[in-house]
Amino acid sequence: MTELAHSGLAQLAQLLESRQLSAVELAESFLARIERHRDLNAFLDVRPELTLQQAREADARRSRGEGGPLLGMPIAHKDIFVTRGWASTAGSRMLKGYMSPFDATVVERLAAAGMVCLGKLNCDEFAMGSSNENSAFGNVLNPWDRAAVPGGSSGGSAAAVAARLAPVATATDTGGSIREPAAFTGVTGVKPTYGRPSRWGMIAFASSLDTAGLLAASAQDCALVFNSMLGFDPRDSTSVQRPDEDFARSLDVDLRGLRIGVPAQFFTQGLQPDVEAAVRAALEQYRQLGASLVDIELPNAPLGIPVYYVVAPAEASSNLSRFDGVRYGHRARQYDDLIDMIKKSRAEGFGPEPKRRILVGTYVLSHGYYDAYYLKASKVRRLIADDFHRAFQRCDVVAGPVTSSVAFNFGEKAADPVSMYLADLFTVPGSLAGVPGLSMPCGFGNRGRPVGLQLIGNYFDEARLLGVAHRYQLATDWHRRVPAGF
Amino acid sequence: MKTQWETVIGLEAHVQLLTKSKIFSPASTAFGAAPNAQASVIDLALPGTLPVLNRVAVEFAIRFGCAVGAQVAQHSVFARKNYFYPDLPKGYQISQYELPVVQGGTVSCLVSPRPGEPYTKTVRLTRAHLEEDAGKSLHEVFRDQSGIDLNRAGTPLLEVVSEPDLRSSAEAVAYARALHALVVWLGICDGNMQEGSLRCDANVSVRPAGDARLGTRVEIKNLNSFRFLQQAIEHEIRRQIELIEDGGQVVQETRLYDPGADQTRSMRSKEDAMDYRYFPDPDLLPLQISADWIESVRGSLPELPEAMRARLASQYGLGSYDAALLTSSRALAEYFEQVARSAPDPKAAANWVNGELSAALNAAGLPIEQCPVAPSQLAALLSRIADGTINQKTARDVFAALWDQTAESVDAIIEARGLRQISDAGALEAIVDQVLAANTPMVAEFKAGKDKAFNALVGQAMKATRGKANPAQINEILRRKLGG
Repeated sequence: MTELAHSGLAQLAQLLESRQLSAVELAESFLARIERHRDLNAFLDVRPELTLQQAREADARRSRGEGGPLLGMPIAHKDIFVTRGWASTAGSRMLKGYMSPFDATVVERLAAAGMVCLGKLNCDEFAMGSSNENSAFGNVLNPWDRAAVPGGSSGGSAAAVAARLAPVATATDTGGSIREPAAFTGVTGVKPTYGRPSRWGMIAFASSLDTAGLLAASAQDCALVFNSMLGFDPRDSTSVQRPDEDFARSLDVDLRGLRIGVPAQFFTQGLQPDVEAAVRAALEQYRQLGASLVDIELPNAPLGIPVYYVVAPAEASSNLSRFDGVRYGHRARQYDDLIDMIKKSRAEGFGPEPKRRILVGTYVLSHGYYDAYYLKASKVRRLIADDFHRAFQRCDVVAGPVTSSVAFNFGEKAADPVSMYLADLFTVPGSLAGVPGLSMPCGFGNRGRPVGLQLIGNYFDEARLLGVAHRYQLATDWHRRVPAGF
Repeated sequence: MKTQWETVIGLEAHVQLLTKSKIFSPASTAFGAAPNAQASVIDLALPGTLPVLNRVAVEFAIRFGCAVGAQVAQHSVFARKNYFYPDLPKGYQISQYELPVVQGGTVSCLVSPRPGEPYTKTVRLTRAHLEEDAGKSLHEVFRDQSGIDLNRAGTPLLEVVSEPDLRSSAEAVAYARALHALVVWLGICDGNMQEGSLRCDANVSVRPAGDARLGTRVEIKNLNSFRFLQQAIEHEIRRQIELIEDGGQVVQETRLYDPGADQTRSMRSKEDAMDYRYFPDPDLLPLQISADWIESVRGSLPELPEAMRARLASQYGLGSYDAALLTSSRALAEYFEQVARSAPDPKAAANWVNGELSAALNAAGLPIEQCPVAPSQLAALLSRIADGTINQKTARDVFAALWDQTAESVDAIIEARGLRQISDAGALEAIVDQVLAANTPMVAEFKAGKDKAFNALVGQAMKATRGKANPAQINEILRRKLGG
């Protein structure tokens, strides 16, 4: 059944539609792979009986005459999305065993389209991290090299797709949490425009940045799932009302005349030669396919990291206040009074990275510091968005590296938060601006580890972004490479 | 020379808005449900939940803003006020901070100091902003444990902040009453103080009279009745003056009023003041209110108390005090107008509504909406006084009968109880003759110059008719017979 797991969604959909394959059979094959590769620690909660129940329901729907390309298609969800049936922990001890009484909108929409949930995927605690070393439930291993981190925070989603334990996985991106692990594990990851996917049911890290997205083998696969996943949600006030688009049908963009902006700021600052070589080769490929390369400037992009590490912790410090041990989640066993109960529950429930960010966030919002930090950061954030606005007057998409290096080793940056934060250097500017971004494999670098190419589109330009990636994937096979043993 | 002290008070009133659902969740706001029966996943702040603003709450804020002549901001911002408490589910309260929805405005009120003459005071408002209420902690219900009821969590509040324009507890209470009347009048609050629909915090300071500089202020929290508001402020003024006169200094702090002991106690000092770390709530977009929306709300406002007060005064020839009393609630004003429209004398109608009727309602603890006497009945009663069928005294008996037996008409009661006034000149002359014959000592006193004896003789005549005699006629006949 290995080949089944290596098939694209379109092929699988065809098999399901022609009834050569049942949803139950497909789910069983992926459940078997998940079980076989438990050592990756990609999944936090697998409940085969629930999965098969959903698969049976999908088969029943098909026999009733229902259809659709996602009916019976397996998917796994990052443990940032709350789900009924599977525990929703956000990778935190604080929420160990927490059962949500409702599904996230993204989960609900995909289930309505007939997708079958394979389980919940490991991630950095509350999506805070770039290596998945911050999960309370252990590291996720990179299927390409078990010494390498899978990236974070969507490390479980990336590893699962790279190892073909799921054909597609949901993920979330706040500063690069989809694109960076996609690059580190050689899969395609897409973060849509902020506001296009609903945040209802996503356990909040930084509300003004958190964006649901997907990881899959190809842009085409992502496009197919986005058709059902994106859309206005009245339960999320920041959700944007847009006409529906068929992303899968708009993939055939013409690369001739396409202007690809190459920002000078993404090719400095310690970009490793192996990564640069692969990215430059990809850009050259685009040129050969008919696109033109345009030098552009994103002058404020280098300020992205300091701005991000003010805005995101500020929002996080407030978003994580609800975890107080009063109504749900971890509660300390012993305490003196109500306030002590809250203090001890939080001290025990949160790991070091959330604590660090709560402290930073509390500090930058404090009386007397607000203007110097949060307000100033908000203003620079606007400047960064303006940079993109200007850039998109000169080009159609922006391209560059996702990260400055290939996946680093476990422990390599864990002791140095700032060097870890710099892993998001090239992804954070797009997050701050709220524009859509994509990472796809474009070769291999040092130690045979994958390299990602980042494409950034203008607001609501996902269709073109996916199409531009799809064209590259038609001409190359990096996205079809699967790590040995999977 | 002893220092004269001036009191400076500003009030923050939390007005619970009368929306069906909460400000950021679809849960019901009805009072009195079983604990936590009206807490949705949003009110419980379950992971992944998000707030969605209730447009009706915004409409109510606009209504208030228009009514007090404030500027309704077309762009305002919801901010998070961060602090930990078990009954604050998210660990922050969604409120408005730098850009509130209502800016400025005034509320006028009639102050009735004791002693002193009533006067009108116009209080400036700083702002009014939308926010959500917290839940309730129940510390006394369980042994060694605290209960949390989140039914109230997320109830919409309009926090109305006054400028420090108030100079006495009487002014503070008059303002609070006027504000209470206004929000009920506008239909944006049920006004039920027992259920916490309007709660005040008072900022109180004192300074030597004539000083321009403000004294150090103390905030007194959670005053949920007009009586407590008055007592707490009076107590606090005394405490501050005594403290200063004894050589001490007022420290800036938050105090809690204990109505049982009639004293305030310190809750936290300025040093312990919380840093709420306000910042714009990223879950909610800035609140945009179109000029059209504001104008359509303004156009749908009912006649407001102040305008109505002026109109009642001029249309019915009432004094400003009577007009102010009548407009203390919209229902009372409407009741009065219904009476006045069919009664012969609007001033008499005002006297009755503000006098007999209000006293009876107070005694029974009823709001005007539940008054057992219909406006048409009161109007009929006033007509019978005006046409001489009954006198003022028997009218009170008829009123009492109406109160108890609402079904009967005024005329039926007059007839059934034989209360008709005796105006027959012959009959009254006979009665007066009898009275004069039976009270010769009084007649002698009167003739000796004691005017009081005349009133006593009138009284005897009224008594002889069991109060039914026309008093004016009795007066006239007596005077004639005594050769006055």
